[in-house]
Amino acid sequence: MHDIFVLAEHRQGELREVTLEMMTLAGQLAEQSGGKVTAVLLGSGVDEFAQKCAQYADRVLYVDDPIFENFNAMAYVPALAQLIEEQKPHLVLIAHTTQGVDVAPALAVELDAPFTTEIIEMSLEGEKPAATRQYYGGKINGRIEFKDSDVYLVTVREAAVPAGEATKSGEVQKVENPLKGEAGGRRFLEYVEAAVGEVDITQSEKLVSVGRGIKEEKNVPLMEELAKVLGADLSGSRAAVDAGWLPTDRQVGISGKTVKPKLYLAVGISGAFQHVTGIKGADVVVAINKDPNAPIFQYADYGIVDDLFKVVPALTEKLKEVK
Amino acid sequence: MNIVVLVKQVPDTSDPETEVIIDSTGRGIDESKLSFVINDADNYAVEEAVRLKEKHGGEITLVCLGRESANQVIRMALAKGADSAIRLDDEKFSYSDPITTAKILKTALDGLDYDLVLTGCMASDDGYTAIGVALAKMLGLPHAAMVKSVEVIGDNKMKIGRELEGGLMEMNEVDMPCLLTIQTGINEPRYASFKGIREASRKEIKVMDLAATGLSEEEVGEAGSKAVMAQYSVPEVGELAEILEGDASETSAKLAEILKEKGLV
Repeated sequence: MHDIFVLAEHRQGELREVTLEMMTLAGQLAEQSGGKVTAVLLGSGVDEFAQKCAQYADRVLYVDDPIFENFNAMAYVPALAQLIEEQKPHLVLIAHTTQGVDVAPALAVELDAPFTTEIIEMSLEGEKPAATRQYYGGKINGRIEFKDSDVYLVTVREAAVPAGEATKSGEVQKVENPLKGEAGGRRFLEYVEAAVGEVDITQSEKLVSVGRGIKEEKNVPLMEELAKVLGADLSGSRAAVDAGWLPTDRQVGISGKTVKPKLYLAVGISGAFQHVTGIKGADVVVAINKDPNAPIFQYADYGIVDDLFKVVPALTEKLKEVK
Repeated sequence: MNIVVLVKQVPDTSDPETEVIIDSTGRGIDESKLSFVINDADNYAVEEAVRLKEKHGGEITLVCLGRESANQVIRMALAKGADSAIRLDDEKFSYSDPITTAKILKTALDGLDYDLVLTGCMASDDGYTAIGVALAKMLGLPHAAMVKSVEVIGDNKMKIGRELEGGLMEMNEVDMPCLLTIQTGINEPRYASFKGIREASRKEIKVMDLAATGLSEEEVGEAGSKAVMAQYSVPEVGELAEILEGDASETSAKLAEILKEKGLV
């Protein structure tokens, strides 16, 4: 039997959406290969998550132990390795998230399994999987070829597959904690919430968002002027925040905020996956960028392919006129 | 406190306007028009190491898998405060997958005495986000990925913060020696001083080829890898935005009208 394992991901009392996405992908792969989907849930008193997983999986392996109350890679890796060695799945899917990247590479070493990360497409026809992932910030794709193995391990990009319908009613099997003793050398302490600044961009009606393309901090006022005319708040990409041009709480994207404005005006932002994931809820997206191939144009409703330092001042003036 | 920092030289493709062109082999890119820089996250890892050295003493050793041109990146990190470097360089290392890359890097660490290993959480070229954590497992070290705050607390212990989705920080205590993968934005990387650059030119960069690693040809490169990138392709383009045509004054006038019509002005 070609069992496909999906590692369920949860945090602060919530089963994360990416788990449903991965179980949907696993269901599609299982159809190709004639296999079954098994969700693996490590947690403490999270029976409701086990029930939820069972709606998308043929089986749920649920380890209920206080050591798994909060995520700790040093506990996850040996526990998963042992479960996988006992149960012998053919393929293991782990989300390419801050949990997944903390676990999967070490697990691959432990299992000595063919391993790749952040796949965006996958097929499982015959014995061997084939996968596609992206390089150079999404500017090109690459096809991964795996060597023969009993078990393969991949991490899956968030939102690579939309979560499907809950069509299954798998059996929840409680299994004994395979981990003997403590997590080696690392202890969870606490979560610290990100500070909320003077502007909460998740609530902004309009956003002018800046990226690496604005080149220097001294160009921020030019963008602020555009934002002011529009009555918009200023936000930015990770690059703009890391460079110190904007405070951390103005960052849009996976590691920043998810925003849902009526207007999102992206200036000098290339549109890396990590960024555009944060703007899926925006109504109208406009992009200004010199490179016609910039991925941001695939997410925008309107685009201007030109030098932003020409367009932004001109646009600011025109907006003043039409106001 | 002795620290090893893994650094990588990458083509600078971060600018939204830089195009990446696949070469005739289909497994590489045309590098002729690209400039090369230290991987962004590694730059923050180097800075964090230098700050820890300034506070706690010790030595910093850089480990880099790369061609001779990567010496430029190594020299700059030496100029900022690292003490010595090992560069792993052999044509046979080409096409290694992330696990095999970690295996090669490990050979450089085997002879070193360290309390901490740092590296960037992700390389901007291949984006695997895997090598640090894989290496930690091979070295038998506790690890933490996506680290955005680091503090030494007492003997052989660190308090670290992992940056999770949405900017949430997950605080952990980690025993040393350990390996941390560093997220961008953890600090403000310094520029090298002229004095530092002068001194760096006298510091040693040891080069290790395949023979020096003790690994066989079958253990490295494509032969030694189980999940190899076989073929690059241009991503399929989704439905594009409506592109407004004309010069800046025309396009901005059109956009202003559209925004007005939609009640967004």
